[in-house]
Amino acid sequence: MSPTQQYDAYGADEATEGTVFNVGGQDWDDVVQGAQDSEDDRLVVNMGPQHPSTHGVLRLILTLDGETVDEARVGIGYLHTGIEKNMEYRTWTQGTTFCTRMDYLAPIFNETAYCLAVEKLLGISDQIPERAEVIRVLMMEVNRISSHLVAIASFGLELGATTVMLNGFLEREYALDIFEMVAGLRMNMAYIRPGGVAQDLPPGAIDKIGDFVKRERYRFGQLRKLLDANPVYLARTKNIAYLDLTACMALGVTGPVLRSTGLPWDLRKSQPYCGYETYDFEVATQDTCDVYGRYLVRMEEMDESLKIIEQCLDRLSSGSAKTGPVMIQDKKIGWPAQLALGPDGMGNSPNHIAHIMGQSMEALIHHFKLVTEGFRVPAGQVYSAVESPRGELGCHLVSDGGTRPYRAHFRDPSFTNLQAIPAASEGAMVADVIAAVASIDPVMGGVDR
Amino acid sequence: MGLEEKLPSGVVLTTVEQVIGLARKSSVWPATFGLACCAIEMMATGDPRHDFSRWGMERASGSPRQADLMIVAGRVSQKMAPVLRQIYDQMASPKWVIAMGVCASSGGMFNNYAIVQGVDHIVPVDVYLPGCPPRPEMLLDAILKLHDKIQNTKMGPHRTKEIEELERARLRQLPLLDQPQQVTS
Amino acid sequence: MSSQHPEQQAEQAADQLPAQREDERADQPIARRGMFGARTTGDTSGFGGLVVRQSPKVGSERPYGGPRTTGTEGEFDEVADLLEEAYPDFGDGIERVVVDRGELTFVVRREHLLAIVQVLRDDPRLRFEMCLGVSGVHFPADTGAELHATYPLLSITHNRRIRLEVTCPDADPHIPSVVSVYPTNNWHERETYDFFGLVFDGHPALTRIMMPDDWMGHPQRKDYPLGGIPVEYRGATVPPPDERRSYV
Repeated sequence: MSPTQQYDAYGADEATEGTVFNVGGQDWDDVVQGAQDSEDDRLVVNMGPQHPSTHGVLRLILTLDGETVDEARVGIGYLHTGIEKNMEYRTWTQGTTFCTRMDYLAPIFNETAYCLAVEKLLGISDQIPERAEVIRVLMMEVNRISSHLVAIASFGLELGATTVMLNGFLEREYALDIFEMVAGLRMNMAYIRPGGVAQDLPPGAIDKIGDFVKRERYRFGQLRKLLDANPVYLARTKNIAYLDLTACMALGVTGPVLRSTGLPWDLRKSQPYCGYETYDFEVATQDTCDVYGRYLVRMEEMDESLKIIEQCLDRLSSGSAKTGPVMIQDKKIGWPAQLALGPDGMGNSPNHIAHIMGQSMEALIHHFKLVTEGFRVPAGQVYSAVESPRGELGCHLVSDGGTRPYRAHFRDPSFTNLQAIPAASEGAMVADVIAAVASIDPVMGGVDR
Repeated sequence: MGLEEKLPSGVVLTTVEQVIGLARKSSVWPATFGLACCAIEMMATGDPRHDFSRWGMERASGSPRQADLMIVAGRVSQKMAPVLRQIYDQMASPKWVIAMGVCASSGGMFNNYAIVQGVDHIVPVDVYLPGCPPRPEMLLDAILKLHDKIQNTKMGPHRTKEIEELERARLRQLPLLDQPQQVTS
Repeated sequence: MSSQHPEQQAEQAADQLPAQREDERADQPIARRGMFGARTTGDTSGFGGLVVRQSPKVGSERPYGGPRTTGTEGEFDEVADLLEEAYPDFGDGIERVVVDRGELTFVVRREHLLAIVQVLRDDPRLRFEMCLGVSGVHFPADTGAELHATYPLLSITHNRRIRLEVTCPDADPHIPSVVSVYPTNNWHERETYDFFGLVFDGHPALTRIMMPDDWMGHPQRKDYPLGGIPVEYRGATVPPPDERRSYV
């Protein structure tokens, strides 16, 4: 195939009609004159990619007729990082560090989708220790809370309510404190590894998370008090960006947007992973199909997450996962090093170094091979999905039998959900486009990867 | 520019420099240029815990025409690069740039076809801030170092002299590749 | 074959003895030479003469089992039977059925893709309402079928997942677009076109979506370099990841 073969998608000449003005500055006279000359009252406005209200580098091209949006087109790709191609040049364990930076508000979910897929390819899905699974669920639910808080906080900011933003981010700081204590980093932790998690919970973590749950229960109640019946908020969110079940099915929308149409589809309940079938929680659903419904779904999901976190804490402190390894016991796959905090930061614990250098040659060999080369994954392909805060996050992994992924493709929920913007905002006002985008809660890192 | 260009070198010029520096650094308005994960940490720097409105910076300017500081927070892709340059051009001087995070400073972990390997390929950078992402406290440290730099900006004849000195130093600098390895403790 | 007698050959073929499998394998194209070590000068690892051949493309045998069961009749058999019932051209359209790691894959011939996808979505007992995108994979060693496109499908009504895989050669990289059946694939197909050069016939507006509009080349193909630059630090230069010595 010739790589320079041109595909003429604009052959039908639908995209550019009429006069086009490239506005770069100092030419406003031309633009105004041109607008007056054309008979149309329509104006094409370009919002973004740098704009405080578009959730990252999202470009919206709106054709306006007065204040009403006639057409809305979405331009993406401004954050394309080539993560999927980069992963083909790193080992399976290093892939976690790359994929975690896609949807940067829900890094644990990226990691979990990827690691579940690797474990499925390896065939070790049943051998993951229970403590590791409970810790995974715990971290995922804390991450769900922090992600929804950002969604609601930025939503408030974009509507002009700074109080919501400041309070949302403040609560998020407590969640990030937990991440820092457990994983070492506030964001992009690379904590979930194929075979388990990187390290066990430090002492004091369970109490701290318990305090977090108590505090957040009270704070979510306060946030609800501020917003649930607030007339300004209701006026801006009720019956805005209507997207019903047919539209969601056609456009492949999943997550809170789908659950706001009345369909209780949640992968944690329908196709559980990581032991979710053993936890007691409800699927948050509304049936108003509008922005307000999605806001309510997110608030309810945060409350359900708190419930799940409490159940995890019970299991970790006194229940079935009180003790145990957090990495698979198979020495040829599980990450060998026990990490500990040293004088110069996080690294291999002195115990582990003493063990591999002084006590066991086999352990030294395993450590060396796993760190330099990585484990080998038998050839094949899998698709593994988790329920991220934005919808179904799927990971399609292809292995050729080697130590590196042959192909890693992520089906990001924001990528698919953004396709619904024209359906949700054409015919509405410009201000409602902002509300529509914010209610779909796209994260451009996931969209562009 | 103005008065400061016409003053002769001396104590009057120094005082004018300090006064103007104080005025400029006390309320730097950042242009919202959050791209990726670093943008979230930048937003977290504005939250009540690491409040950067202590330095008058919470009024992030959506329009680059009214902004002083561009914090390039996140990875700059090939598609975004012209937009970055256009925003920088639209800013009125005096303007400063902080490259926040390793992706903005040098391309970060993404050494590939899609990411510009450091925004200094596109805009002149005043402060490079490593981290993936840097903590809000680190961003505040970078901002304060920038404040120091703004405060001590020289003007008029002082600036001309400074430029000459810097150029002399640069001409004497040896390339790093041929220098022997530095021995650290 | 160890024997020239046709009857014995048939018997041995039925047994699938190692010698016969070896012959089959020797006919496959070469997937990799050498186990690990630098492929440039200075290979001190050994294993340089090893030749790994591509595994032959086999389909699974019935019974297919289910996501968690093997060996007995299960959910996958049910789906395959329903599809065969609903789509009479099953034999032509489906090249082979692969059941691996608890997942069912139908390898579909591209001419039949649109019809099969319509049936999968509309038949009430199949009802795969959601297509979760297109994932392209480039196998340069697989002459005649270099570009694969996989479509994971999800049925919310029946709580099932399957996968469709379509292949096409590099010389003629066209696959019919499923946007008329699954509008959600609009951007996914654009992305696959952008990264692999797979042209989806019938797509309403097939243009680049991630890379700039005037980018040349299709980045995620295996013949497109990673594109990094060498990194200098304190006297040492580290080449970009795709140019370093590989030990795998």
